[in-house]
Amino acid sequence: MSKLKSVDFVKKYTMIIVLIIVTAFFAWRTGGAILLPMNVSSLISQNAYVFILATGMLLCILTGGNIDLSVGSVVCFVGAIGAMLMVNMKMNMWLAILIMFAVGTLIGAFQGFWIAYVRIPPFIVTLAGMLAFRGLSNVVLDGMTVSIKDCTTFVNLFGGGADCYIPDFFGNGSLNMTCIFAGVLAAAIYIFIQIKGRMDKVKKGYEVESLTSTIVKMVIITVVILAFTYRLAQHKGIPSVLIWVLIVIMVYGYITSNTTVGRYFYAVGGNEKATKLSGINTNKVYFLAYMNMGFLAALAGMVTIARMTSAQPTYGQNYEMDAIGSCFIGGASAYGGTGTVPGVIVGAVLMGVINLGMSLMGVDQNMQKVVKGLVLLAAVIFDVVSKRGGKLIAKN
Amino acid sequence: MAKILLEMKNITKTFPGVKALDNVNLQVEEGEIHALVGENGAGKSTLMNVLSGIYPYGTYEGDIIYDGEVCKFNTIKDSEEKGIVIIHQELALIPYMTIGENMFLGNERGHKYKINWNETNARAAELLKTVGLHESPQTLIKDIGVGKQQLVEIAKALAKNAKLLILDEPTASLNETDSKALLDLMLQLKKQGMTSIIISHKLNEVSYVADKITVIRDGSTIETLDKKVDEISEGRIIKGMVGREISDRFPKREPHIGDIRMEVKHWNVYHPLYSERKVVDDVSFNVRRGEVVGISGLMGAGRTELAMSLFGKSYGDNISGELYINGKEVHLNNVQEAIKNKLAYVTEDRKGNGLILSNPIKINTTLSNLDEVSSHTVIDKDKEYNVAVDYKEKLKTKCPTVEQNVGNLSGGNQQKVLLAKWMFADPDILILDEPTRGIDVGAKYEIYCIINHLVAEGKSVIMISSELPEILGMCDRIYIMNEGKMVGELAGSEATQELIMAHILGTAGKEQKA
Repeated sequence: MSKLKSVDFVKKYTMIIVLIIVTAFFAWRTGGAILLPMNVSSLISQNAYVFILATGMLLCILTGGNIDLSVGSVVCFVGAIGAMLMVNMKMNMWLAILIMFAVGTLIGAFQGFWIAYVRIPPFIVTLAGMLAFRGLSNVVLDGMTVSIKDCTTFVNLFGGGADCYIPDFFGNGSLNMTCIFAGVLAAAIYIFIQIKGRMDKVKKGYEVESLTSTIVKMVIITVVILAFTYRLAQHKGIPSVLIWVLIVIMVYGYITSNTTVGRYFYAVGGNEKATKLSGINTNKVYFLAYMNMGFLAALAGMVTIARMTSAQPTYGQNYEMDAIGSCFIGGASAYGGTGTVPGVIVGAVLMGVINLGMSLMGVDQNMQKVVKGLVLLAAVIFDVVSKRGGKLIAKN
Repeated sequence: MAKILLEMKNITKTFPGVKALDNVNLQVEEGEIHALVGENGAGKSTLMNVLSGIYPYGTYEGDIIYDGEVCKFNTIKDSEEKGIVIIHQELALIPYMTIGENMFLGNERGHKYKINWNETNARAAELLKTVGLHESPQTLIKDIGVGKQQLVEIAKALAKNAKLLILDEPTASLNETDSKALLDLMLQLKKQGMTSIIISHKLNEVSYVADKITVIRDGSTIETLDKKVDEISEGRIIKGMVGREISDRFPKREPHIGDIRMEVKHWNVYHPLYSERKVVDDVSFNVRRGEVVGISGLMGAGRTELAMSLFGKSYGDNISGELYINGKEVHLNNVQEAIKNKLAYVTEDRKGNGLILSNPIKINTTLSNLDEVSSHTVIDKDKEYNVAVDYKEKLKTKCPTVEQNVGNLSGGNQQKVLLAKWMFADPDILILDEPTRGIDVGAKYEIYCIINHLVAEGKSVIMISSELPEILGMCDRIYIMNEGKMVGELAGSEATQELIMAHILGTAGKEQKA
């Protein structure tokens, strides 16, 4: 590999390399505890809301580094409404879910309207939302905790409580065979898609990556999928919340990379004037980003109350910061226009690993915050400085 | 002979791909008003940026000798310390600060940790009196008109103890009364011993104030006219500005001109911020099938504003007038409708308004017609790639692959990507705004070939350009615009550089009589 190529390689996969190093570090410091099946499983269920919110936040950030500060409060508010509907009003669960999605989306649309069409800065609009919906959550819950323990189907569906795993359909050994099977299936589908895509390209005479690098990439990803599902199988199987997370990742990964709408998010962030002059309704793009954020905040709200089996006026605090941090660590540009869903997921996993690793090491809660803050700062410095061609100090 | 205050010797400045200044020489005597004239892009502003340290020492060749010593300015601050103060065309005042605060910005009165407001305002009031502006120093900049703002700029320069004042198109956005007042102020300052350099397109103003006139063309000094020695007429200056040969820098084409495709009648546009300022004033013109129509004029003539306001009202407020495409009146309220009506506008500002520099060529190519490469909103990436490669080959864009980011391409190749983007949108009428700005001669020729190819296909091209040779070499018909109005229309065959310039400068009538 020539020098230039290796530099490109490091640039492209920086965060994955960092993730591997950080994981290895914690594996060493915790005597391998971080890789125990139980911990791998809880990495998913503890951080499910981050994956979901970060995906939505990516769309906002893509439009030009705009953030949504209100998501934590919206998560709490939607959860509060859901709990009240299901517990106090004994509403049908599906109807309640529908209403929760509707409420989240409406909140997103409300904020999106001011941001996109009236052009109030997103920071202001969502700061207002953050305050207002935190307050409203208190009002809805009357300052109390509402337990949703009895809504078992809901709790199971969104991956909370004790039985938050996909049941094992085959046998009942110590290894969850459904999980193993799902892992093999996922790996097979992945390999199939890769090979078919490559064959299509070759057939039509397009450029393809070199065969070795494709194979190496495929082998690594297959091994990661299998190792991951094997770990989960050793614990209790697939956490049901993982299904939701995977759906979100796949749907939004597809939208951002393969659809016209997805393309518009990048275009607006890359150069709004040029996008407008290309005949694209940029107002609508902003609106969609924030409306969608509300929708995904509703999903995160369901996941949150299911995991806690209750709704409380304090839930969701600092969730927006986790989501924003994951985006920037995962390579989204603070100026908008660049960033991918897989990148953001890597960022979220990195944050999760740091959290979990430090907890296992018994690092003080407050010091954990310090470390997370520094990691975020370092990631954005890296992004900005590398864009400037490696010059640390901006030209005066 | 008076003392030479400033001498710029053999200044050469190159930008990637372009030689902006080529061995320019300029001598300014103490106490005179020296005018710099030349076409857009001739290098006047570049020369002044070299002088004021915006382009620091070392990025150009040649010497600046000021007040008897060789100067090596690294920043504007360095040149200002010597008393060289430049006032840019775009005013650099902060609207929500007072006149006094603006005048002493970066040059505050009093102590570093405690600004002395009394002294600030007293000194400001004194200087305002000098420039003849009757406003309180505590008035906010946003509350006074452009003419007065220009005076504040001059007062600000005086506050810095300016000895050499450089004014870049100071009257460009002023009305006649304000312009006259400003020029008289220059003459009055001259009496007090101030040396000034004025860059202007308005030749009547130049001959009114200037003692000497240096003509710059294509990055070189052509001549310096002295009021005392030479007879300075506007015709004489124009000849110096444009007097160059047009060789066969333009590909030939057989014109096949058809019916009127687009017609604009009584088009008016107002400035989006200053709602009383009319930017386009009762403009009518048309373009035929297979025709290249040029719109000539100086910067700020309202050509870009006209084009953008036609293109789905992308610029301006309170737009009125009629627009006919293929004989039918259309109302294009946004860019989508303009594209649907087969109109395309290729911007002059390819980096700011045209391309997404951080994205690859293929994404830029398809952006304005993404539906063509997608079904049910899902993009067919293979098709997209093919389209991009197609255009890359058709337009001879030089790039390793279409996956390359546009930001890494040269100006000429960026322009080709921009053209590809709009050709892919499949318009019938293309408005090309300064299509060859800032690109080298070879790439220009290729762009001209593309334009010929487009009209050969029966498309109509409206070419806005400040380069007269290009307008003359490429257009079947030429409109001339000045200060928001159409001031002339010439057939390509009868047009000459002098004739166009004369129309722009409003001396066409006089010339013909003479």
